[in-house]
Amino acid sequence: MSFRLTAAAIETSVLAEALRDVRTGACVTFEGRVRNQNEGRAVRALEYEAYAPLAESEGAKIVAEAMGRFPITQAVCVHRTGSLALGEIAVWVAVTSGHRAAAFDACSFIIAEVKARVPMWKKEHYADGTSEWINCATGAAKA
Amino acid sequence: MKTVHVRYFAILREQRGLDEERVATTAATAAELYEELRVLHRFTLPAERLRVAVNDEFGSWGSPVRDGDALVFVPPVAGG
Repeated sequence: MSFRLTAAAIETSVLAEALRDVRTGACVTFEGRVRNQNEGRAVRALEYEAYAPLAESEGAKIVAEAMGRFPITQAVCVHRTGSLALGEIAVWVAVTSGHRAAAFDACSFIIAEVKARVPMWKKEHYADGTSEWINCATGAAKA
Repeated sequence: MKTVHVRYFAILREQRGLDEERVATTAATAAELYEELRVLHRFTLPAERLRVAVNDEFGSWGSPVRDGDALVFVPPVAGG
């Protein structure tokens, strides 16, 4: 069980291979990828910034909570930092368990909690040359 | 007067123009310190939209600021 940040491309096949275990009948994975638009604006690239020590401890806490809450065997979450191109994987979550229901539920729980709690930030760079920190807009900042 | 270490991330880092700095302050609480810095540097985010971390753990706005503390004002998060 783990949570980690990485500045390098997320190699999902390598990560998934490490979760092979004949005791587990289910492996549910989620890939969050960089999308080419957000709220009607064309996106050309993304940047993720993390407050690393607290992001890592909060992420580890979320994964531990999932382990306690669902009957699962393993849970892993990896989140990118730095500049990402369209289509690149921003976040990867994988959960293994004896049966599929718990793995789906735990995977969904982890990504939702990571988005809500882990201190990291996303800056979108738009096709028109502007950029914005997501969720940080105020009347003044939008001007 | 005490000295604290403040690190800035994301929109606050850009608005401050610095990653981190030492700040001499008389602020009693994290809330008072943010208010001082918000006015001084014209931060656009009100404290209600932020969380505060003290010494790499989430803290509360009312927690006392001690000499040598490391503070981070955490803008609304957007991972995933």
